[in-house]
Amino acid sequence: MARTMQGFEVLTGGEATAHAMRQIRPDVVPIYPITPQTPIIQTFSRFVADGKVDTVLLQVESEHSAMSAAVGAALAGARTMTATASQGLALMVEVLYIAAGLRAPVVMAVGNRALSAPINIHGDHSDGMLARDSGAVQVFAENAQEAYDLMVMAPRIAEHPAVLLPVLVGQDGFSVTHSAENVALLRDEEVQDFVGSYEIPYPLLGDRPSSQGLFAMPDAYYEIKVRQIQALEAAEQVFADVARAYALRFGRHLGAVESYRMDGAERAIVLIGSTAGTAKDVVDELRERGERVGLVAVRLFRPFPHQALEDALATVGRVAVLDRAAAPGTLPPLFADIRAGYHGTAELRSYVYGLGGRDTAPEDIAKVYRDLQLPAHAGIRYLGLLGEDQHGES
Amino acid sequence: MIEVRWHGRGGQGAKTASHVLAVAYLKEDKSVQAFPEYGPERSGAPMLAYTRLDDRPIRRHCAVTQPDIVVVLDPSLTREVPVTSGLKAEGKLLLNVVADSEAEEAVRTYPGKVLGVTADQLAKEAGTRFPNVVLLGAYAGWVGAPSLDHLQEALIEVMGHLPAKAKDASVRAMAAGYAAGERGRADV
Repeated sequence: MARTMQGFEVLTGGEATAHAMRQIRPDVVPIYPITPQTPIIQTFSRFVADGKVDTVLLQVESEHSAMSAAVGAALAGARTMTATASQGLALMVEVLYIAAGLRAPVVMAVGNRALSAPINIHGDHSDGMLARDSGAVQVFAENAQEAYDLMVMAPRIAEHPAVLLPVLVGQDGFSVTHSAENVALLRDEEVQDFVGSYEIPYPLLGDRPSSQGLFAMPDAYYEIKVRQIQALEAAEQVFADVARAYALRFGRHLGAVESYRMDGAERAIVLIGSTAGTAKDVVDELRERGERVGLVAVRLFRPFPHQALEDALATVGRVAVLDRAAAPGTLPPLFADIRAGYHGTAELRSYVYGLGGRDTAPEDIAKVYRDLQLPAHAGIRYLGLLGEDQHGES
Repeated sequence: MIEVRWHGRGGQGAKTASHVLAVAYLKEDKSVQAFPEYGPERSGAPMLAYTRLDDRPIRRHCAVTQPDIVVVLDPSLTREVPVTSGLKAEGKLLLNVVADSEAEEAVRTYPGKVLGVTADQLAKEAGTRFPNVVLLGAYAGWVGAPSLDHLQEALIEVMGHLPAKAKDASVRAMAAGYAAGERGRADV
């Protein structure tokens, strides 16, 4: 590894995530490879083979099996992690709902990638949105450093007694998973101390074994489901507490929402993931020219931090919400969530961008800020679409 | 911010070169980014990789469309791929050439600085078949950074898994490339 005096290394998001897993030392990691997540389990498998971590690595025959094994391991009391992407996450989703329902705190790294068809290996958030209502906590990283930091934070969120739910840590396929950049790793002992030990409250095995995965008829199912919903809601405060503890300890604060140069902003973009970095460069350029623009990056997607968004958008005039996924037939997911919970006065506009890895250049972001000076458009705009009317309505 | 685009063929080490350069620049306290452009991955097919470096943290995660420097790892690529596409007019183009190559012809319209290095030949003399290490050396010698020491340290770190003989050959090839790059700088 390339270490310099400042303690930075050149690591991809995938490698940084594998380092986080090595330092966390999960008991069980069931795996099945899929691009662009493969570098995570490939790197982690090498750590296991080299004896740098003594995790039980289960190589199974599909993502469905990987997630099933993860649920079993987690309920037996093992600290359990896995990783996936795209079609792999799609195949896991059936079992992800079960993991959430059984309150199995599995931590999953996701290399966010488009869903087929057409088949495509590149980044967008369609896979994450497919898992949106599974009941899992879902966070998204902007860069390799955040992918690492969020992975280190994830076990404490997943395993918190008030939560006990799967946590999906998303990073954009290729632009983060395969992009090598400056990353500062914590020391192994720091991570282990931060994550702490883990004991499941109701283990499947041991002196006081419990039954798991039971049948629940109409007299009980509803109550169990509502408690599960409440556990996901409780994860918002737990995320905030863990983020604060992480910041106090290591100096990097990863809040549910990041407001960038929103002071006095008249126009703002809200988005998720790696394009936030590109947008920050554009905000700086436009601010230098005296334009009052800002950015809000959403890291915590489930539970959705409605109040944090409300606060972030309290004084802004016009807002473009950029979704890297669609919800065909209705409004895109991030836009819909923001609009549903927003009581402020800002005018909200919906954009879709970057599907299937379509590049989003600084000029594309600048164009959105220019659009926001014009009268509102109806419907959804498709940013960066070639050769067609970019308006959702004809 | 400086943006470098690497043109290679699958298997020639363009991705590795982009990464080694980033690691070397990190040793000079730069913020860096290195990433390949992924398409259908086939041995021998034209492919691209990029290195970004800056004194400030690099935040953008978009494509490089207007590189400052382009490095071409295979002499035949200049006939197949528009290697100067988007390259800044005041930029630099570093080419792997063979004697009497058509490469110069292909890039004659480019107004910036061009340096041809017989990277395959220099690699072979050093005992390796990879032109990427020669061109990394030539890059540093021509551009003036990173230092050869940092580049060689970075190479050994990134190629840590290779046998000592292969690493030694790569280090020699890199030094030969560096000397060729320095000569190119002196000529300008």
